[in-house]
Amino acid sequence: MIYLVQIEQPGLFGKWRDNARSLLGADVHPDNIIWKGTSSTGELFDSVTAPPPKMPDAELRVPKAFLSLANSVICHNDPQRFGMLYALLWKIRSAPAKLGDVSDPLVSQLRVMEKTVRRDCHKMKAFVRFREIDPLPPCDGTEHNQTRRRFGAWFEPDHYIAERTAPFFARRFGDMDWIIATPQQIVHFEGGKLRHEPGGERPDFGTDATDDLWRTYFTHIFNPARLKVKAMQSEMPKKYWKNLPEAALIPGMIAGAEERLRKMRAAEPTVAPARAAKVKAINRQRADKA
Amino acid sequence: MARLSIQEKLAILSDAAKYDASCASSGSSKRHSRDGNSLGSTEGIGICHAYAPDGRCISLLKILMTNFCIYDCVYCINRVSSNVQRARFTVEEIVWLTVEFYRRNYIEGLFLSSGIIKSPDDTMADIVRIARILREEHGFKGYIHLKTIPDAAPELIEEAGRLADRISINVELPTDQSVAQLAPEKNPATIRSAMGHVRENIEASKEKTLVKKRRKKFAPAGQSTQLIVGADDSNDAAILDNSSRLYGNYKLRRVYYSAFSPIPDSSHILPLIKPPLIREHRLYQADWLMRFYGFSAPEISGVSDDGMLDLEVDPKLAWALANRHAFPVNVNRAGKQTLLRVPGFGTRTVGRILAVRRYRTVHYDDLVRMGANLRNAKPFIFVPDWSPGHMTDSENLRARFAPPAQQLQLL
Repeated sequence: MIYLVQIEQPGLFGKWRDNARSLLGADVHPDNIIWKGTSSTGELFDSVTAPPPKMPDAELRVPKAFLSLANSVICHNDPQRFGMLYALLWKIRSAPAKLGDVSDPLVSQLRVMEKTVRRDCHKMKAFVRFREIDPLPPCDGTEHNQTRRRFGAWFEPDHYIAERTAPFFARRFGDMDWIIATPQQIVHFEGGKLRHEPGGERPDFGTDATDDLWRTYFTHIFNPARLKVKAMQSEMPKKYWKNLPEAALIPGMIAGAEERLRKMRAAEPTVAPARAAKVKAINRQRADKA
Repeated sequence: MARLSIQEKLAILSDAAKYDASCASSGSSKRHSRDGNSLGSTEGIGICHAYAPDGRCISLLKILMTNFCIYDCVYCINRVSSNVQRARFTVEEIVWLTVEFYRRNYIEGLFLSSGIIKSPDDTMADIVRIARILREEHGFKGYIHLKTIPDAAPELIEEAGRLADRISINVELPTDQSVAQLAPEKNPATIRSAMGHVRENIEASKEKTLVKKRRKKFAPAGQSTQLIVGADDSNDAAILDNSSRLYGNYKLRRVYYSAFSPIPDSSHILPLIKPPLIREHRLYQADWLMRFYGFSAPEISGVSDDGMLDLEVDPKLAWALANRHAFPVNVNRAGKQTLLRVPGFGTRTVGRILAVRRYRTVHYDDLVRMGANLRNAKPFIFVPDWSPGHMTDSENLRARFAPPAQQLQLL
């Protein structure tokens, strides 16, 4: 008997876990299951398959480390991930220590996928850029005391990670309402509640005047004497650049660095401003007194 | 002078702040704003929100409150005798910038430093006020790193520690003689005593009291310092020695090394060289060896005769090359401390070796999968299916790692 299991967003992990629990309870071998995600197509086997068996919830204990691995891997965009996780579950049922054995090909492959997802999440936390929706007048010294300010961001991750990283943004931006839209999923945070929606086209969040200040900061915190383009790109790969307000400035900053350095070297020493002598005299007096 | 816009000030005062290397935002206490009435979170691991083309992470809004300064430190862009354009943020402007940058997810928080104006106490009081407004009026829970001014009153430094995640005081130069020569207004003894006070405060905050479990938090991400490399003629041995004393005596979380880099309108006393970036990199590696690998400063710098680190190979490899009698090491039997000294094995690899060793023998391919750098490790280890043979003691071992010497052209 071949079983067909369809797993759809949101709540990938919960849905996978419930199915895996029933299948394992019914002792279904990994080879006898076809797992399908949202993006998979093809109805080739539909005629010969059955829905997963409904089993009473058998007690199933797995190491904590498996849950954390599965929670990450489930976000990966590889359509095979559901089956791979089930295969590992099947394996560790009798040999829990297998999980720690990185020399096992399945374990090491899943570890790589876990790492990829974690990195993608980390980069999402770093590179999401919010724009204010219906922004308020610029700086007058105080923060505006309106109910909740609204922000929106468009981000393009490689994997299904919007749902996984949403709680991080909720913990961080607790007093604002925000939307993070990705091609795979859209997350809304309104009045302290998270809500998920299927992804789609890039929404228009307009422009944000504060981006100009951020670009000013980005240009001026850069030290042209220490150009290390490779180091920058390995941490901030170009695929993220199109949604970063500061990234368009990078080529110009690199091109101008050598010239700025040359000018610094060529500049003649200047005469200290008049107040320098005065200030230094006061300093000396103070030091003598102390 | 015409009034500067906030954008112009930001340009001047971030230009003035970029020579401070620290951008860490990790290791603080955990906080969040899920209650809906505040802003920000720290979760242990800081995030780098952008990278500039100098390869440095941008995690914090790193600015000076003002670049007016009454000191005349030769290496500094903001010294009183420099003709750099001056500016000063108001307290409100810094608060506004921090909060607005944070809301757009550009930054983890604020790293605030300042030139010394009027007096150290006045300057420090303004710095503290900015942190207080952020925390108390805006419910800001992001990361705050305050640079403290060593001569400021202890009460001000204490308040800074209660508001900030990290506080730091720069020792600036590796030796007292260099400080006297290049930063005549700074007093190394005052700097050390301020660091000592901060250490006492941090330790006191961790002691349990009879009434409450914990005392008030004090700089939960610890204190750090920075010194400039290449502005004076101190060798690496002196620098590492100094760092190991700083770690030991003041329990610093980090010592940052900043390669002296040319600044606009620099003093003619200093060399306008390319910043010694490789030297800086080697110092960081050596620093890591002292903090996480059980090496002492003299062990690392004692490898060479002139007290300078080898620029061609990393300090651990250099140490191993000079101490071949300790190798090769049996990966399946050696203790943790011995494994940590093997070139190409990081703390993580060592952790994995120890974990796997519990239930089976480690082979060569396992090491590959564990992420060991076997190009470096090979001559110094043996496992059942690999033995370095004569390699460990061969005369040309160093040449395997260092770039080949270049033959000079005949004239």
